[in-house]
Amino acid sequence: MKYLPLLWAALWRRKPRTIFTGLSIAVSFLLFGLLNAFNQALNSGVELSGSDRLITTGKYSLTQLLPYGHYQQILNIEGVSRATHASWFGGVYQTERNFFPQFVTDVQTYLALYPELVLPAEQREALRLNRSGAVVARTLADRFGWSVGDRVPIRATIWPQKDNGNAWEFDLVGIFDTRNPRERGQYEMMLLPYTYFDEARRFGRGMVGWFVSEIESGADAVAVGRAVDEQFANSPFPTRSQTEKAFNQAFLKQLGDIGFIISSIMGAVLFTLLLLTGNTMMQSVRERIPELAVLKTLGFAGHQLLALVLAESVTLCLLSAAIGIGLTGLLIPLLVPHLPGGFAGMTLGPQAWLQGLGIASGLALLVGVPPALRAQRLDIVQALGGH
Amino acid sequence: MRPLIELRQVCKHYRRGGQSVPVLHALDLEIQAGDFLALMGPSGSGKTTLLNLIGGLDRASSGSVIVDGQALEPLSSGQLANWRARNVGFVFQFYNLLPVLSAARNVELPLLLTGLNSAQRARHVAAALAVVGLADRARHRPTELSGGQAQRVAIARALVADPTLLVCDEPTGDLDRKTADEVLTLLQELNREHGKTIIMVTHDPKAAEFATHRLHLDKGQLVGVEHQGP
Repeated sequence: MKYLPLLWAALWRRKPRTIFTGLSIAVSFLLFGLLNAFNQALNSGVELSGSDRLITTGKYSLTQLLPYGHYQQILNIEGVSRATHASWFGGVYQTERNFFPQFVTDVQTYLALYPELVLPAEQREALRLNRSGAVVARTLADRFGWSVGDRVPIRATIWPQKDNGNAWEFDLVGIFDTRNPRERGQYEMMLLPYTYFDEARRFGRGMVGWFVSEIESGADAVAVGRAVDEQFANSPFPTRSQTEKAFNQAFLKQLGDIGFIISSIMGAVLFTLLLLTGNTMMQSVRERIPELAVLKTLGFAGHQLLALVLAESVTLCLLSAAIGIGLTGLLIPLLVPHLPGGFAGMTLGPQAWLQGLGIASGLALLVGVPPALRAQRLDIVQALGGH
Repeated sequence: MRPLIELRQVCKHYRRGGQSVPVLHALDLEIQAGDFLALMGPSGSGKTTLLNLIGGLDRASSGSVIVDGQALEPLSSGQLANWRARNVGFVFQFYNLLPVLSAARNVELPLLLTGLNSAQRARHVAAALAVVGLADRARHRPTELSGGQAQRVAIARALVADPTLLVCDEPTGDLDRKTADEVLTLLQELNREHGKTIIMVTHDPKAAEFATHRLHLDKGQLVGVEHQGP
């Protein structure tokens, strides 16, 4: 502690340089924090998805439609306790900026398969009575100011109506929430009624996008999935079944290896930072050679100067990184309302802090060691301008 | 009585461009405790080199340097640093204060290497600044001080750990006559009243008049010793 004033004074020897270097580090770690939270939000869907649910899609593509007739056959397969189906509606509310996922499904059975979604009993009843009744996530209802009883217009981009019109309207009969508030982002969607949709759409009648099955307790999900696929192996619509978790992971991989992309961006940023901060530290020590020589003259040993320069580097990097990561924490709640629902789960956990500060410590050592060694090996007579 | 400083057959040479350049030649010297010695001689005569050897900043190529019974040659660089911290105070021509620290923080630097706590260090710093007459300038940065004041802060820094020996390299070389005389008077008081042994390199004959002994070097050899004063 007694060396703190010396350390602090050395750090602020050239204020603009320290401020700009600190800002570079802080901004880099702000980016690190955001990318980390972004990655976590994307992966949280995978983490939350159940491995007791099977997703059955077309064998060759997720976009290949399957006949509704598969539904009853899946229900008859041993090990399947309940099932539902869903299709991607892909509509737009007012403008493209208001994008959110809409799934056409048998809403009642869908909610039964996802007990994490909570819909009040009277709204379930209203859903049963209203053929064009839809339900929506609480977060979306809040975002667009919808309430139960509203008629919500959705413009189709895939499924026109029989009269070729793209304008669909649904009665909002329910607003569901999640049991766990952290899962809200994962289920930010609208569920539309299949029967009404199927009768009104211009083409593709009797087809669905995929099936979701609940596996009986104790049953082997992989074996059940295999049984489902064998059932349809020789039909014109063969299937591919996998656990919901595996499905979500595969879906994310279609977007590209997000983790790799994020690591690559951070690698490039940190490498640039390494050069920048390393140069600053070298320059800072180089111009302080006579002062360091004076300290050595007064009796500071080489290892003490080494520790002093390293401490300077660690303080600069850790403080700046902490500011950057801290700013991320403040920024995320401001950003989330402007991002698609899938990012509602963006948070900055202790793991991100630990990882960030670990990287900052590594950076500090990498950039601090060369000038610190130089300070340690300083020859007093030469440094003071003697021989 | 055993001298405070003994130099026995001390040689020093530097390597420049692959060649050995001799600076000091088989120098024998004894300095008694309480002496105020002025080292004089033309440029390149080896004054600063001799001062560096006595202060433990450099090592002799051969021979031995013994200060207060301690031979410096066998000490490792870490031990030598520790020895300097306990036994030697340094005063330089250009003060060599750390510009980012206040006068008090500069004076405190040698005390950071001791086991004193913060309050004890503050007391020592205040006492050292009072000895050099700058108690009211403790919070000033070196850039806010005149040359004479900065040098007096440097002297306070040299004194604060109560070393046996003060080594001064042209301490008045950067000062006007009046300020130089004030600084030399201060050194003289430290020698007379506080019993500090002082070795001072100077080109200035007037500065040398403040010393008790004058030692003349030429081409790395001792060419004369004068005793003066009471």
